[in-house]
Amino acid sequence: MGKRALVIDDSRAMRRVIANILTERGFEVLEAENGQVALDQLEANPGIEVALVDWNMPVMNGYDFIKAVRAQPKYARLTMMMVTTETEMSQVVRALAAGANEYVMKPFTADALVEKLELLGLL
Amino acid sequence: MTPSSADYDYIRRLVQDHSAIMLEAGKEYLLGLRLQGLMTRHGCADIPALVQKLRSDRSGALSREVVEAMTNNETSFFRDLHPFETLRKVIVPELIRRRAAERTLDIWCGASSSGQEIYSVALTLREHFPELVNWRLNIVSTDLSREMVQRGRDGRYSQIEVNRGLPAMLLVKYFERSGMDYYVKPDIRRMVDFRELNLNGPWSGVPSRLDIVFMRNVLIYFEDAVKRRILAKVHDLLRPDGYLFLGGSETTLNLEDRLEQVQLERTRCFRRRH
Ligand SMILES: C[S@@+](CC[C@H](N)C(=O)[O-])C[C@H]1O[C@@H](n2cnc3c(N)ncnc32)[C@H](O)[C@@H]1O
Ligand SMILES: [Mg+2]
Repeated sequence: MGKRALVIDDSRAMRRVIANILTERGFEVLEAENGQVALDQLEANPGIEVALVDWNMPVMNGYDFIKAVRAQPKYARLTMMMVTTETEMSQVVRALAAGANEYVMKPFTADALVEKLELLGLL
Repeated sequence: MTPSSADYDYIRRLVQDHSAIMLEAGKEYLLGLRLQGLMTRHGCADIPALVQKLRSDRSGALSREVVEAMTNNETSFFRDLHPFETLRKVIVPELIRRRAAERTLDIWCGASSSGQEIYSVALTLREHFPELVNWRLNIVSTDLSREMVQRGRDGRYSQIEVNRGLPAMLLVKYFERSGMDYYVKPDIRRMVDFRELNLNGPWSGVPSRLDIVFMRNVLIYFEDAVKRRILAKVHDLLRPDGYLFLGGSETTLNLEDRLEQVQLERTRCFRRRH
């Protein structure tokens, strides 16, 4: 069975785009439409190795999600990659400081996403 | 007017004579596509009009532009990743031991396109080997294309380019944003000497005793005789314990027997045979 990935984005279309790239690379993909749902998904589905996290979402945004995850030692081994339209350097710094492992700016190509997964040792 | 095969042949020969790049027959549409912008700039309605202008191009400026337009400049930061891992884990530590007395490293990137490859090398050195601060790092990066060399020198990259292969940690540490683009900070930019150099011509300005050579994804465009000539020259410039990196589909096999392949970690490099 492939690695488990959680795709978190309030845009259903964007979730599909990312999920397709991941399933093509052998990932098993779960989806969530905001950070709160994602936390529930993490709790219910052990073995998720990587979360791809949008920043701007209703209910709980990606930045708060990452902080919430990093506050829980049981998720210490979860790799998190921000995938967002935020392109200011200060935002990248904030995301990394909060505990994101990588950062991809939208719009992105499949190559870009795959290369980042390689950087993270997930491919 | 529809271009005749003589027009295509003229361009194909021009490109090959100058750069050694072999344009595949049957890819004429590609030629038109790549030359479209240039033809518009020079007021040429079609390929025959362009060829006519080329035939009377005394200064060679237009010919040069055509050649440059036909290059494929595809590249990315840390392309293929494993060469840079091998550099960090094996090659640079080894060279630091071996060059402890001279405290000098000579590095050349022979087809650097817009600069991502050599900046990946420079960032690897700066990020992981602070002990090199007092060394003389001679890092030369060359390409045929004047435009690409200038892009490397400017160290300015779009969002799409920094998205590709560049670890976010390195982006925030070594780049600054201005407008829509991201700039390599001056102290990294200053590590690299960018110059124009045609691999198919005389190699002026290439360091004469090389520790590390990157020549990736360029030999593929040349015929074997040209590959042989280039690899022989690389062999002669490479120090006995230096390393050559080629692209994933490139080799020295049956081209230059004085270079042998070594598998280091996940990457294949080449060294002088002893
Ligand atoms: C596909 S890019 C490779 C860039 C980089 N080495 C990499 O692997 O990502 C090929 C480059 O080779 C350059 N090139 C083609 N013919 C050349 C020649 N005769 N001399 C020097 N550079 C050449 C092109 O301008 C282009 O930038
Ligand atoms: Mg959103």
